[in-house]
Amino acid sequence: MGCGVSKSNQFHKHSRKAAVLIQRWYRQYVARTEMRRRYTWHIFQSIEYSGEQAQIKVRSYCFSMRSVCYAVFSHQTELENRVYLAGNLISHIFRENDVCWDTEWERYFCYKNIEVPEVYSGPHLTFPLTVEQAVGLLEAFRNKKQLHSRYVLELLLETWKLLRLLPNINRISTCQSKEVTICGDLHGQLEDLLLIFYKNGTPSLEKPYLFNGDFVDRGKDSIEILLILFSFMLVYPCDVYLNRGNHEDHIINLRYGFTKEVLTKYKIHGKRILKLLQKIFSWLPLASVIDQKVLVLHGGISDSTDLGVLAKANRHNVRNTHARILSKSTDSVSSDTTKDEWRQILDVLWSDPMNQDGCMPNEVRGGGCYWGPDITEDFLNRNNMQLIIRSHECKQEGYEFCHNRKVLTLFSASNYYDVGSNRGAYVKLGPDLVPYVIQYQASSMTRELTARQSVGRTERSALKVLREQLFAHKSDLLCAFKKFDSKNTGLVSLNDWASAVESVMHLNLPWRTLRCQLVACKTADGTIDYCDWFNELHIDQSLLETLYRHRSTLETIFRIVDTDNSGFISMEDFRQTWKLLSVYLKMEITDEDICNLAVTIDSNQDGSIDIDEFMEAFRLTDKKSRLERGRSMFMGTASDLTKLEDDPSV
Amino acid sequence: MAEEKESEENISALHKKITDAFQLFDYDSNNTVNVREIGTIMYSLGCFPSQADIREFTAKVGEDFSGVVHLDKFLPAMTKVLLENRFPPIPRSKLLQAFKVLDKDQKGYLKPEELTKYMMEKAEPFTQEEMDEMLTAHTHQKDNVIHYEKLIDKLTADQNM
Repeated sequence: MGCGVSKSNQFHKHSRKAAVLIQRWYRQYVARTEMRRRYTWHIFQSIEYSGEQAQIKVRSYCFSMRSVCYAVFSHQTELENRVYLAGNLISHIFRENDVCWDTEWERYFCYKNIEVPEVYSGPHLTFPLTVEQAVGLLEAFRNKKQLHSRYVLELLLETWKLLRLLPNINRISTCQSKEVTICGDLHGQLEDLLLIFYKNGTPSLEKPYLFNGDFVDRGKDSIEILLILFSFMLVYPCDVYLNRGNHEDHIINLRYGFTKEVLTKYKIHGKRILKLLQKIFSWLPLASVIDQKVLVLHGGISDSTDLGVLAKANRHNVRNTHARILSKSTDSVSSDTTKDEWRQILDVLWSDPMNQDGCMPNEVRGGGCYWGPDITEDFLNRNNMQLIIRSHECKQEGYEFCHNRKVLTLFSASNYYDVGSNRGAYVKLGPDLVPYVIQYQASSMTRELTARQSVGRTERSALKVLREQLFAHKSDLLCAFKKFDSKNTGLVSLNDWASAVESVMHLNLPWRTLRCQLVACKTADGTIDYCDWFNELHIDQSLLETLYRHRSTLETIFRIVDTDNSGFISMEDFRQTWKLLSVYLKMEITDEDICNLAVTIDSNQDGSIDIDEFMEAFRLTDKKSRLERGRSMFMGTASDLTKLEDDPSV
Repeated sequence: MAEEKESEENISALHKKITDAFQLFDYDSNNTVNVREIGTIMYSLGCFPSQADIREFTAKVGEDFSGVVHLDKFLPAMTKVLLENRFPPIPRSKLLQAFKVLDKDQKGYLKPEELTKYMMEKAEPFTQEEMDEMLTAHTHQKDNVIHYEKLIDKLTADQNM
């Protein structure tokens, strides 16, 4: 008996020790995974915001160039020469659209002579729209059908007519115990919208909805999302509300994919559709107020936000939310829209909350402000309100409260950066005005993985994107490394590597932590051969390297130049664009370089360049951008969704 | 002299590393983190403190009653911890031994109920959430057991952060 007791005591002691070891190891593993998840998130966000910033810089550059070009140079330096030559191009790009009579527009958008062929298997729409047709449209899109351009134009025209009647600020009330469902950014991710409608029901008289902007760009089904939202709005005009987001702007769309999506899906009528959408976006309401107590808008507020001013502004004059504020010449500001109204609208669409008190310009985005809790407090008190609901920023849980729970950020595009990167959320608000948040994640894969497990995939994706960015900055990095390597040994210490990379990339990432994932070659004494490292990353080709880094900018400029959205630009415009770019980049691109490039690209020698073909050249090494690939890997088919339908826990 | 300079560099590298890790949890961007994150930050810097160690360390660096920890207290304290290697890693071999002790019948795997019993009742018990996470992530889909050698591979992978 004594033996038995002591044996069990022994086991007890040993097993306790063993358990401690395992627990400690496991907790360590979990903590490390958490760290990786956080810096992966940081990587995606930094790159996204620095992309937005780059976009703004290009446009601001183009605009400042325009005012310079109007002047006559008495001393023409080489730089001024180039600018002057590029000036014709710039004037041409930014000439204001002269045609603005509504009747002329209606004629331009006329769909009546567009024939729908027999073979078309998508939905046929008749107006006025019924709820059965709206639901039918949902089904059709779920089954990957495309709506015929005739119906698209008709639907958009009806939408435009309705939007023109709406006020700048929607007034919504939760009377009769109606709960309003509020959704944040969707960014062309149809799966998320379908999931929301599946979980919460489609819009109806009993189920009003408010969509808080950024319906388009980045995801691949932006036009379908718009068509669904517009059709439900036409059926239930008093129960479906839309707020404009900063992506409801055709210049932004040039860079972030919506323009391309429409032109690809609608090869013949895409241009007209885009033009009509330009007008529709400008007619979208700017904000909504629920029960006079809850303000819902896309970006946020600033210390000068005045709902009275916003309510009276001519919102449709604001087609590009960035353009005006950056222009130095006053002739482009319409007399109807004052600079103050302008800035207020910009603030509403672009601002982000911060944790410190005060208000300062939002330099990361290039528009709007960062606003603090004191501004929120002041605003709510002045306007006798209790809550601000906004979107605009991706949050890992799909939502986040800040400013003492007086500001709620809501984001409805799950897996935004990559599969498993974040959840989406929507909010239900009843007469008690207490927000009730529902989260989801549109992927049949992530249900099987815990949040921690999906880190691995997302992390690999983020690191690939990061390597790409590093490669693109090779010359700057080389300079920075050489500064640390005064003896020209070709080696730098780990610490110096991190400092150099930090100073060039401006991405505010934990480089020392990331180093072991980004640098495989390391000498025995802990130094890095940076030339070896670059070889590890990619092959060097100087002109191409610069172009590769700036390919998004390049594509944007091309598409701006292509004013009629034909997809082609003339050789002359092409040359001018290069001149403009070389001035912007402060680098030498000789006429000879340009000619050589042009000759290779203009394959059919007809004097015009196909933009898509040109951009394709950059995709030789990288078929799709990593981010796009991440999303398209998920891209659920209808069967994935039906799998979800059977699951009661969804 | 050169040695001094080198150790200066080492210290500044350590500082940077600790600050980077700290800032990943600094939501308000004001160089503070919630006390509850201290354990996670310490683990992620490669340390293996016990729960008691974490509590003791937190007590030293935390502000009373506020639930936050400031970087200016955390940084020097954590630098010391790393320089002294106060909470050294547990070697993989010990981890395997540990599992073998728990696996009384030497089957090569543990059943979820067994693991749960040990993790939640003994030593520094797991919370329900921690237990659920471990089981969901590491129980084999088909035969519903935990193959601990595979688990050990996962736990000890990429340790050189």
